[in-house]
Amino acid sequence: MNKLKSRMEFRPLVSLIIILLVCGIFSGGSFFEISVVEGHLYGRLIDILRNGSRYMILAIGMSMVLATGGTDISVGSVMAISGALACSIVDQRILAMLHGNVFAAVGIALLAGALCGAWNGFLVAKLKVQPIVATMILMTAGRGIAQLIADGKIVTITSDSYYYISGGYVLGLPFPLFIAAFMLIFAVLITKKTAFGLAVESIGVNADSARLSGIKVERNLWMIYIFCGVCAAIAGLIESAGIKGADCNNCGLMIEMDGILAVAIGGTSLSGGRFSLIASIIGALVVQTITTMILAFGVAPEVIRVFKALIVIVICLAQSPAFVAKLKNAFGKKKVVA
Amino acid sequence: MGQDNLLVMEEIKKEFPGVVALNNVRFFLRAGEVHALLGENGAGKSTLIKVLTGVEHMDSGTVMMDGSVISIKSPLEAQKHGISTVYQEVNLCPHLSVAENIYVGREPLKFGRIDWKEIIQRAKELLKQFDLDIDVTKKLDNYSVAVQQMIAIARAVDVKAKILILDEPTSSLSNTEVDKLFRIMRMLKKQGMGIVFVTHFLEQVYEITDRITVLRNGEYVGTYDTDKLPRVELIGKMIGKEYEELADVSRSAVQAGTGEEYLRLEDAGSADIAHISLQFKKGEVTGFSGLLGSGRSEIARLLFGADKKTSGKTFIKGREVHIADPLDAIRNDIAFCSENRKKEGIIGDLTIRENIIIALQAKRGLGKAIRYNEAQKIAEKFIEELAIKTPSTDQKIKNLSGGNQQKVLLARWLATNPELLILDEPTRGIDIGAKAEIQKIVTRLAKEGMSCVFISSEMEEMLRCCSKMYVLRDKEIVAELAGEEIKEARIMEHIAGKEVEA
Repeated sequence: MNKLKSRMEFRPLVSLIIILLVCGIFSGGSFFEISVVEGHLYGRLIDILRNGSRYMILAIGMSMVLATGGTDISVGSVMAISGALACSIVDQRILAMLHGNVFAAVGIALLAGALCGAWNGFLVAKLKVQPIVATMILMTAGRGIAQLIADGKIVTITSDSYYYISGGYVLGLPFPLFIAAFMLIFAVLITKKTAFGLAVESIGVNADSARLSGIKVERNLWMIYIFCGVCAAIAGLIESAGIKGADCNNCGLMIEMDGILAVAIGGTSLSGGRFSLIASIIGALVVQTITTMILAFGVAPEVIRVFKALIVIVICLAQSPAFVAKLKNAFGKKKVVA
Repeated sequence: MGQDNLLVMEEIKKEFPGVVALNNVRFFLRAGEVHALLGENGAGKSTLIKVLTGVEHMDSGTVMMDGSVISIKSPLEAQKHGISTVYQEVNLCPHLSVAENIYVGREPLKFGRIDWKEIIQRAKELLKQFDLDIDVTKKLDNYSVAVQQMIAIARAVDVKAKILILDEPTSSLSNTEVDKLFRIMRMLKKQGMGIVFVTHFLEQVYEITDRITVLRNGEYVGTYDTDKLPRVELIGKMIGKEYEELADVSRSAVQAGTGEEYLRLEDAGSADIAHISLQFKKGEVTGFSGLLGSGRSEIARLLFGADKKTSGKTFIKGREVHIADPLDAIRNDIAFCSENRKKEGIIGDLTIRENIIIALQAKRGLGKAIRYNEAQKIAEKFIEELAIKTPSTDQKIKNLSGGNQQKVLLARWLATNPELLILDEPTRGIDIGAKAEIQKIVTRLAKEGMSCVFISSEMEEMLRCCSKMYVLRDKEIVAELAGEEIKEARIMEHIAGKEVEA
């Protein structure tokens, strides 16, 4: 039990279960209902998995960036760029010679994400700009670039194969979930089977020591930011496919904060060091569950943010060992707080 | 114990996860004495001091001051009880002025506003007692670490404490500065202050202290009058073994190299140093001696690619190689322990196992992670070989004592199977036991054919280990000594530059 408790995944998982239980109880159980329509699964939980995919994918990239002691607040803008590019290509507004080929559009969007990441990596690793400042550049400029690509318009598209990215089903489950699963497996393999994970953590804990131990700090940082950019681009594709078009002003707006929140709930320290991709995924699900819960319970729009903030505060406090210890002291040892 | 105890600590217990740091430790301090607290790294000195200063909370035990039980929950409370501390590493604010640093948190007020004139005046007078005539309005980081340390001590003394704790205050001080400090300590002693003095320098213990309390492995060994405890016995009590066992790293262990050249540097330079030519042979321990800043560390960093080489050539076994960064050096079988253990050595939040395998992993390439079983085996092997004290390989390295951290770093490099091992101040700030062990390991490795570079500020240690020595002055190699030529007097002459004047 203690071994289980000491794992990074434990606390976020407990948070997730409690939130789900609360949702279940307040909804009288309807929150957990899953129905099958035409071989596809429907229900709140399925919604959480589908809509949470974006968060999960972002959280995977963000985990690694945060583990190095950095941060990437440009992911929302990168999502907008990726969405704008892909939709404009599919709609044949740009690069008409591709004839709106969806695969080409996706490929180019991902490449753009990688380029954005490379730019961030260049600033952070090469020029040693503080990550929050470095990525703020693209955060601000990115939406402008997206506007330029989309020619300042909201691009709406009609392409069933592009819609599939968000709305498709495989084996009765939403397609984005499979993208997230693929990214997770890929990232876990990369960090565990190669020594990339060790490199990431050592850079986050002590970059000087890591360098003198033979870790190529610059190169690894670069790769991490590129990976984070690609993750953001994928999230952008899913979001734009979901709304069947690219809205440069709103796509992924403020989502970087949700991404960072997901990783933080997952227990990765923002000052770098140990990270767990699984824990971040759970954190992403927590963030999405909160959003879904707010919608499901019809919380008045004007208090949504306050409501969300309250839940986040409770979760963060419950995960803080110092706070839990204080609470235990105040109420005697019997009371257990998750 | 008599009535005259200023401070009584009894049955102090403190446990960290997996480690009993203090087990029924007692400590008695009289007013008007200098009391040495001695023990190897990991003996529990630091923990005891942290308990006394409120940084850590003891699990059980009693602390009494002037006969009444007190509880110290925070450093602030400790200060209120009149316990003042100077830590090994300067913990002042580098961006504040000297005067601000001395009076921060207790600024004298005048009409509700800070009285700067008064602060500056008082700071000047205070530092004058230390023969320190500096501009107190300048920022602290304008001054050397030694001066900063003196300022920290001045601050601690000025708060009118009953107990002054000096945790290795002398490791960055020169001899004259140490003398100044001792003069102040004697003065404070006369005023009835109780001073706890932690140090690794035994000469200083015998020079200044009245009594000695020895800890070992978190246990209380005993308290002795300094003048009744011969040095050899003291060391025996600290390490729990007879001194003779450790003394066998003698000149006889030192041997000349096999004659085969391993690495040669020709007219090499970096941003910090230029025109360096030298040669290391297999099976030889080469020393760099010289004052701090003479270029010892700069050459080491240049060799390892830690600093970029801007000119010159490097040859390994006669073949020219290009070492652009540490990874290149590691691939060329070079290893380097930086003098800055905390900043450039340990990766604090990672486990001992990860800290040991990381350089080997880098050498093999990051493409394939070293499997858990292999990593575990490597870690266990070195923990046993180097006698690293730890409950498990999963322990975070930052939880180990300095000496054990150093051994883990040594293990990190030995795991890469290097042919040239560069150690920059590997024994700084660690206790005699670990020191002797590290010296032994170095001479053993050389015997097995490794080429070692040993850099240390302690002349005695250099004399004991090195079979060849480069003497440095002002970033230049001024002499190369070998075998019988390596004598303290000769080295000193070269460092001082007497030959040049003659």
